[in-house]
Order: sequence, then C-alpha cells, then structure tokens
Amino acid sequence: MEPILRTEQLNHLYSAGTPFQHAALVDVDFCAYRGEYLGIIGRTGSGKSTLVQHLNGLLKPTSGRVLLEGEDIWSDKALTRAARFKVGLVFQYPEYQLFEETVYKDISFGPKNMGLSGEEIDRRVREAAAFVGLPDDVLEQSPFALSGGQKRRVAIAGVIAMDPSVLILDEPTAGLDPLGVEQVLSNIQAYHKAKNATIIVVSHSMEEMARTADRLVVIHEGKIPFQGTPKEVFAHGHALEKMGLGVPQVTRVFSRLRTFGADIDPAVYTVEQAKNAVLAALGKEAE
Amino acid sequence: MAMRDITLGQYFPGDTPVHRLDPRTKLLFTVLYIVALFMAKGVLTYGILLAVLLGSIAVSKIKLKVMLKGLKPIIFIAVVTGLLNLFYTPGTEGETPLLSFWIFTVYPAGLRAAAFMVLRIVMLVLCTFLLTYTTSPILITDGLEMLLGPLKKLHLPIHELAMMMSIALRFIPTLIEETDKIMSAQKARGADFETGNLIQKAKSLVPLLVPLFISAFRRADELAVAMECRCYHGGEGRTRLKVLRFGFNDYVVLAATLTLCVGVGVLGRFGW
Repeated sequence: MEPILRTEQLNHLYSAGTPFQHAALVDVDFCAYRGEYLGIIGRTGSGKSTLVQHLNGLLKPTSGRVLLEGEDIWSDKALTRAARFKVGLVFQYPEYQLFEETVYKDISFGPKNMGLSGEEIDRRVREAAAFVGLPDDVLEQSPFALSGGQKRRVAIAGVIAMDPSVLILDEPTAGLDPLGVEQVLSNIQAYHKAKNATIIVVSHSMEEMARTADRLVVIHEGKIPFQGTPKEVFAHGHALEKMGLGVPQVTRVFSRLRTFGADIDPAVYTVEQAKNAVLAALGKEAE
Repeated sequence: MAMRDITLGQYFPGDTPVHRLDPRTKLLFTVLYIVALFMAKGVLTYGILLAVLLGSIAVSKIKLKVMLKGLKPIIFIAVVTGLLNLFYTPGTEGETPLLSFWIFTVYPAGLRAAAFMVLRIVMLVLCTFLLTYTTSPILITDGLEMLLGPLKKLHLPIHELAMMMSIALRFIPTLIEETDKIMSAQKARGADFETGNLIQKAKSLVPLLVPLFISAFRRADELAVAMECRCYHGGEGRTRLKVLRFGFNDYVVLAATLTLCVGVGVLGRFGW
C-alpha cells in the first residue's frame, strides 16, 4: 500500500522552555495509507488531538517531519497551505464553529478560501450537502436553527466541500444520539467510498472503531504502542485495559464465555462477527 | 497559539507573610501607598517609599525580574511623561538651564521633576503588581466586596459587582481556550488571520467572533441555570465558606501603613 501521510520522529512540546513544559508527542512515526479507513484510539490527553493537528499543518512540530505524499509540509509556505486543503480536519464538536447566516454560506467558507470559481463552489457545496444527507431546503436556513445532529453534519460538510484527499475527524460522533451516530458514520463511509479518500477517525469508542476501521493506531502517552488490524490490536486486551482503553464489549463477553469453557472463537469484535461465531459454535450455517 | 502565552490574573502562588496577609489589608495598603506616593515631594520621602516597596517585594519572594518584566507596557507612558516634565518644567529663579536647543530648554528642576515623575509611575505600578502577584483574583474580589460593603447601605449593587468580577475572571481562561480552538478550526478551513490590510483582517475575524459570542452566551445561560439550581438569589443572607479574618500581622501592617501614609504626608509638606 502507498503511504499518503507520514510523520517521522515527530515530537511536540507544549509551553517549551517554561515550568509547564510537557511532551505531547514523543518520536512518533505515524503512517496513513492511501484509501484506508484508519482509526486512532487513545485516552483524553494521550496526544491524539495533538497528532491530528500536525497532520494538516495547524501545529508545527518541535522536531521531526510531516510528509504529505512524500513532501515535507513545512519545507515551503505554499506546501503548508496546500496541506490545509488536501488534509481536511473536522474538530471535536465542530458545530460550535458555525458562523454564517445560512447553511449554504457556511459550507462554502472553505471552498471560497481556496479561491475557487463561483460555479465550482456551488457544485461543491451541493455535493458536500448530499454526502451528509442535508436536503436542499436546509441550505437556505440559518445553521443555528438546526438540531444538534444536523449542525454536526453541516460542519462536516464544510470540510468535505474542500474535497480533501485525507479527511480527519476528531470524535465525530461525540455527544450524538444513536441515530445521529449512525447517520454521521454512514456519511463518512459514503465519502470514503465515493472519493476513495483516506479517512482518519479519532475516537475512544472501541465498538465504533471495530466496526468501521480497516486499521487501528493506539496512542498512549505520546507514543504508538500498538497498531494494526482491529484483530491484531484487540489481541492486546490486557495492555489496552491498563491504558484505560479496553476492547469492545462483545469481545469481553466472548472471552468470558471461553473461560466458562465454551468452545468459541474469542476473536470477535462486532455484533455481526458475534452472530457468526455463535452460529458456528451451534453448528449452524449463517444465513 | 500566541493566545496561550498571555498571563492573566498574574497570580504567583506562594506561602510568604505577604501572601498570607488578608486581602483587605493588602488592598488598603495599596490604596494608602498610592496616596502617600502622591504626597511625596523629595528624596527622603521617595527613598522611604522605595525602601518599603523593595522590602515588601523581597519578603514576597517575587523575583524583581518578573516584576520589572510586567513594566513593559507602561514604558511608553513613563518615557513620554518623563520627557514632558523634562522639557516643560520652568526653572526656579536664578537657575541656569542645563542645556538648550531649538525650542527646548532643560532646567535642573525639570530633571528633578522628570526623575520623580517616572519613579512615581514605576512605583505605582510595582505596588499594584505586588497586590495582584501575591493575591488570587478571587480573594481580591472577596476583599473588595467586604471593603465596599458599607456602600450597600446606599443601595449600590456591591455584591453583584463582585460576583460579576469573579465570574469574568473565572471565564477568561475558558474563553481563551475557546478562541484558540475556533481559530484552529477555521484555519483548517483555510481562514487566514495574519495577512491582509486592516479591513481584510477585521473581516477575517467574523468567523472567529460569531462562534465565540454564541458560545459565551450559551455558557452564560448554562451558568445562570446552574446557579439558580443551587438557589442562588443574590447576596442577601449569603454566608461564606472562607471567612476573611484579620490576624495579628494584619493589624501591624495596617498600623504601619497608616503611619507611613501620615508620615510621608507631613514630610512632603515640608518639601522633603
């Protein structure tokens, strides 16, 4: 697989040179491959938000490099600015950054800053709105009149409208109701499939990650202790729990079943897999 | 990221006799010290006041370097005041000008006036720093509320003002953090806050200020509800968790301050 976004020996110190100095990232070698759906998991304060803010050039590394398609984004000013557009970053609770009078205008803020033509902006706004499932009549409404879930989707559309080849979302489903969570996740999937874009999602919901991500990167105290497929990462169940992370609930149920003597495959991370494992154990075929 | 470097409240926690004084004592000291500063006339009175100030700073264990750093913003005012006094003080009779060029003439009296004026400004600011560096903002507001308490009789909303001050102080770091976050988020959408002329810069602030105001109002609303839930309804009959009490040290400092103020006033009268 071809790497699209990499960091080499990335270090970040906050408040360097003061008594409050602390290292948020320590020699991080991170890599995202083109077209993958990558999950970053870590506790609050583990450095995951600091890492993603380096990936689009919002934070400057204290030392180390950030490479986008092989080029150091800090080697040239134009490259840094280009990285902002190629790597779209949706912050936590992005609905709090809405500011325009209408949803349409807010979504067009990013494309406008890119200096696109009026027609292109219009096309992108409508396309982005379609990805997140916003009906046309919402576009002319004030973003402040919408529901929480809708606001969230408007904010995500605002970044999608810049047509980034890497889309990073920091806790995109935090604070949403179950229906809202499903909608946002399927919006992200839709963008991922349609554009073959690289998706990086930061989350601490193991269930969500197990279900959606191709690959997981665990961040703990500014380092990457584990990475790999969900299966490989969740195999470190005990270590993950020590980091305050844990494994999906269904995985825990299955490993308990095994300690009770059930002849069952414990490598189960999603409800779908659980169903198949149970059927297999009962000697029945999955429909 | 520059936002994070702003120091606010400037409180340096510590456990020195100065830190332990009652905030009311420190407030009264500051006020009386400033009064004394304006009554000082000559080398003796300025000398006494400077010695008191430097002594207090030494006891508070706040590094003089930190104190002087805080003077940066007032350098301009001090220099301008100094220059004005230097050039525009008329000489006393029989004095020969030290130097004179174009329309400017400098008399020894002007030099004296300039030096004292600059010293006065610097000492005034240092004295207030001593208060804010050694007293937490919340204690200052508490002290202020109690000192101004008698004005409640005149139906002035002292408690409300103090509460507003506390809340404002409490939310400054929160708002800075929020500003930082919104700025990053809009930058991620290509917003540019640094380049452009004044009008473009002002315009670029809209995507920052609108969300900031909305969240400030939201927070205010939530805080009001939270306060109401805990039966807050103004200062009437409200007691305190930490009751301020004058200790022995406070009485000593207050007496000394009063003596200082009166003494400097009398000495100043005689032009010392």
